[in-house]
Amino acid sequence: MSLKTILVLIPLLPLAAAAVAGLFRNQVGRAGSHWVAILGVAASFFLSAWVLYMQMFDNLAPQNLSIYTWMVSDGIRFEIGFLIDHLSVLMMTVVTFVSLMVHIYTVGYMAEDPGYQRFFSYIALFTFSMLMLVMSNNFLQLFFGWEAVGLVSYLLIGFWFKRESAIAAGLKAFLVNRVGDFGFLLGIAAVLYCFGTLDYSSVFGQADSIVGKTVSILPGFEWQWITVICVCLFIGAMGKSAQAPLHVWLPDSMEGPTPISALIHAATMVTAGIFMVARMSPLFELSDAALSFVMLIGAVTALSMGLVGLVQNDIKRVIAYSTLSQLGYMTVALGVSAYSAAIFHLMTHAFFKALLFLCAGSVIIALHHQQDMRFMGGLRKQMPITWITAWIGTLALIGFPFFSGFYSKDGIIEAVHESSRFGADVAYWAVLIGVLITSFYSFRLLYLTFHGQPRYKVDVGAGDHPPDGIVQHVPHESPLVVTIPLILLAIPSVIIGYLTIEPVLFGGWLSDAIAVMPQNDTVAAVGEHFHGPVAMATHALKTAPFWLMIAGFALATFIYQFRPALADQLQQKMPRLHRLLENKFFIDELYQKAFISRTVNIGNFLWKKADAGLIDDVLVNGSARLVGNLAGRVRLWQSGYLFQYAFAMIVGLIGMIAIWVMW
Amino acid sequence: MPIYEIVFYAFSLVMLGGAVMVITVRNPVYAALSLVLTFFSASAIWMLLEVEFLAIILILVYVGAVMVLFLFVVMMLDINVDPLKEGFIRYLPAGIVVALLMAGELLVVIWSKGRFEAGAYPLPAPHPAGYSNTKAVGELLFTNYLLAFEVAGVVLLVAIIAAVALTLRHRSGGHRQNPALQVRVMSDERVRLVKMKPEPRQGS
Amino acid sequence: MLTLTHFLTLGAMLFSLSVAGIFLNRKNVIILLMCIELMLLAVNMNFVAFSRFLSNLDGQVFVFFILTVAAAEAAIGLAILVVLFRNRQTINVTELDDLKG
Repeated sequence: MSLKTILVLIPLLPLAAAAVAGLFRNQVGRAGSHWVAILGVAASFFLSAWVLYMQMFDNLAPQNLSIYTWMVSDGIRFEIGFLIDHLSVLMMTVVTFVSLMVHIYTVGYMAEDPGYQRFFSYIALFTFSMLMLVMSNNFLQLFFGWEAVGLVSYLLIGFWFKRESAIAAGLKAFLVNRVGDFGFLLGIAAVLYCFGTLDYSSVFGQADSIVGKTVSILPGFEWQWITVICVCLFIGAMGKSAQAPLHVWLPDSMEGPTPISALIHAATMVTAGIFMVARMSPLFELSDAALSFVMLIGAVTALSMGLVGLVQNDIKRVIAYSTLSQLGYMTVALGVSAYSAAIFHLMTHAFFKALLFLCAGSVIIALHHQQDMRFMGGLRKQMPITWITAWIGTLALIGFPFFSGFYSKDGIIEAVHESSRFGADVAYWAVLIGVLITSFYSFRLLYLTFHGQPRYKVDVGAGDHPPDGIVQHVPHESPLVVTIPLILLAIPSVIIGYLTIEPVLFGGWLSDAIAVMPQNDTVAAVGEHFHGPVAMATHALKTAPFWLMIAGFALATFIYQFRPALADQLQQKMPRLHRLLENKFFIDELYQKAFISRTVNIGNFLWKKADAGLIDDVLVNGSARLVGNLAGRVRLWQSGYLFQYAFAMIVGLIGMIAIWVMW
Repeated sequence: MPIYEIVFYAFSLVMLGGAVMVITVRNPVYAALSLVLTFFSASAIWMLLEVEFLAIILILVYVGAVMVLFLFVVMMLDINVDPLKEGFIRYLPAGIVVALLMAGELLVVIWSKGRFEAGAYPLPAPHPAGYSNTKAVGELLFTNYLLAFEVAGVVLLVAIIAAVALTLRHRSGGHRQNPALQVRVMSDERVRLVKMKPEPRQGS
Repeated sequence: MLTLTHFLTLGAMLFSLSVAGIFLNRKNVIILLMCIELMLLAVNMNFVAFSRFLSNLDGQVFVFFILTVAAAEAAIGLAILVVLFRNRQTINVTELDDLKG
């Protein structure tokens, strides 16, 4: 089949699967819906892998295809089109692979859930939306995919819609994303205004022409157009990729089932922002100010979110804050113009973070939906596969040499070190300290969950929803549908970094998509010291990140393996610090006071006074009352007496004649 | 011609006097009879105006039929007139005012300078001896106004039917035949043929 | 000298008398009907006068029809009156207020 057909099928197959699993769920049944969804996404994955193969071995050139012209308005074309270069194919493959793993995993995880078919429909729909986003060749389709993934994310976070907390979390995710999307839309509008087109190739071709042009948004302050565009676009990325201060929705999004935390909030949706900035690299490269802004936001996020992750007790929240922190790393990499490093870390992170989430999910279902780590422990004996794959994922996350995370993370750290941009020093220290913190909380999670003595009791007669610390039966390893995806994700977590770092970072694999100006090219500077993956791994023993990682490991092992009580003592010695971290720097409370309560007040006012009071009561009911009053008065004129009617007629007649006579 | 004016004024006075009596007198029979007097005077004035046909029609139809009908009804209904005259004195000023207003307005128009004076509308010459007003009206009526004539006939028909229908009273308990039902009867509702063996007569 | 004015004046006075009659006899339905006949007579007077002074027979034809309709109306009006009296035993208008708003 032709390339165009393949490309059109890649997003459409998951969409069709979503439609069948959702709309025809009664006809296909539970088994039918999961088969349809898995086959759809698997087909999509194989087609994406085939395109990747063609690019790797058949030298497939970048394709810029227009599939469908939606409309032409005032000279602007609104189209559906695909831009298939190395960047988009990399994203497509990663997205479909992780999605496929999550689909298979869901068969086991959601087996007893009444919303089974709906869930498969949603995650297939999500796959479609994300594919449309990454395959897009114009801003409009990008925005469509952007909004669609936001929508599906909202639907999935609030999947258990009978839970109040889930609904609230879904709403929070959507609203915070909306704030980011507002900036994004301003950015797209600015692009349209400056360049007159939404097509990537046209915009990037004309990008140079607006360097130096300024705009005055507030009177007296002149800003560069390109900076305004890039900052607005990045605000959208801040919302979607949960950078501070728009990060608040991601920890709450753990209300959704674990498979979606893996798919959406670790591997794919949150990386849309990173992908977008990398895709827009021709624009961002022209604005140093915007890139510094990006870098600093990423640095703040990377460090602060890691710190908050230290004190979490819910296993999913630890991993959520870890995700936030790693997204910060990717953002910092974008900020120092190391776009390929950011994408590389995005890819490796997708694998090992999804793996970690799915391991957490495996533990959760084994303990019958217990998520608090204080009531876990010693699970390595009962769940060996989960334990080993969790160790693999953790080693990748902390950047242990030879694992994939090592190559991507150290690549970023070294690139930041090479950068001389404003704020790069701060960013360097932030990412370095972040290594220590990442290592600490990762091992804390492993020790609390899998090692040590069980901190729960088995009580067979405990009933369906036992209190914390009591489980109905001895936990056992999860079924194969759950563990096979874990293994399949563990494999790339180990080897993908080793295999692909050279071509992706230093071999120019992404150079047909990413534009870097030579004076900013930090990755090339890192590449001068690169002598192969093995050399990089052995060289690591001499670098700071490695020893910081070991320090974190040592500290965690010391506390959680040997002196568990020390953790509580430290908490009591530093209560204020602990409270600050536990309450996530009180950012949620700040938003509540500053924005949310005011908005709710305005909403209440508009509801009670303006809508119910003014429009309903005064205008609508009031006019009805007025008519009723008038009619009630006028009705009394109808006395029923014949002579009064005659009287009225005569008086009227006299009046009319009088007027006629006078005239 | 003074006789013309004398006749006119005399009959006008009678007519207006009759009208006043209609509206003031207590007994409705007297009121009806006063109305008859008024109509007679009007008929005489119309004769003066050489519209003989209508003058006679007024007597025949109006007085002869309509007023007789009024009298029938007045005499048939056993009315207690006392409470009806209660408010008379109370409303008299208002009534006089309204009448004067009305008359004033009309007269202002009629008497406005030169509008209907002799200069604008001179009295035409009297008709020649063989002139038949009836014939002239008939010629006009049955040619130009034929449709209106027929419609007037229909109006009268409708009035008849309406009057009958309004006042119709069914006598209860009366036996009546409904021909439609009679025609629709089936023989087997009325007659049933039974086969029987002949039996000897009883007690022979 | 009789002019059109005289006849029109006569008609006007008849009309205002009948209006006064309606005013004064507000309770008696029969007198009301008679006042209506008076009004019609006044109008007929006007028509006839104009017909004579304009030498146009159309006025008389119109009077003819007015007479017809007046007769029909009187008949029906009295029929209503009779039925009313049958049901209410009174012709006092102040007691006939069922159409009150």
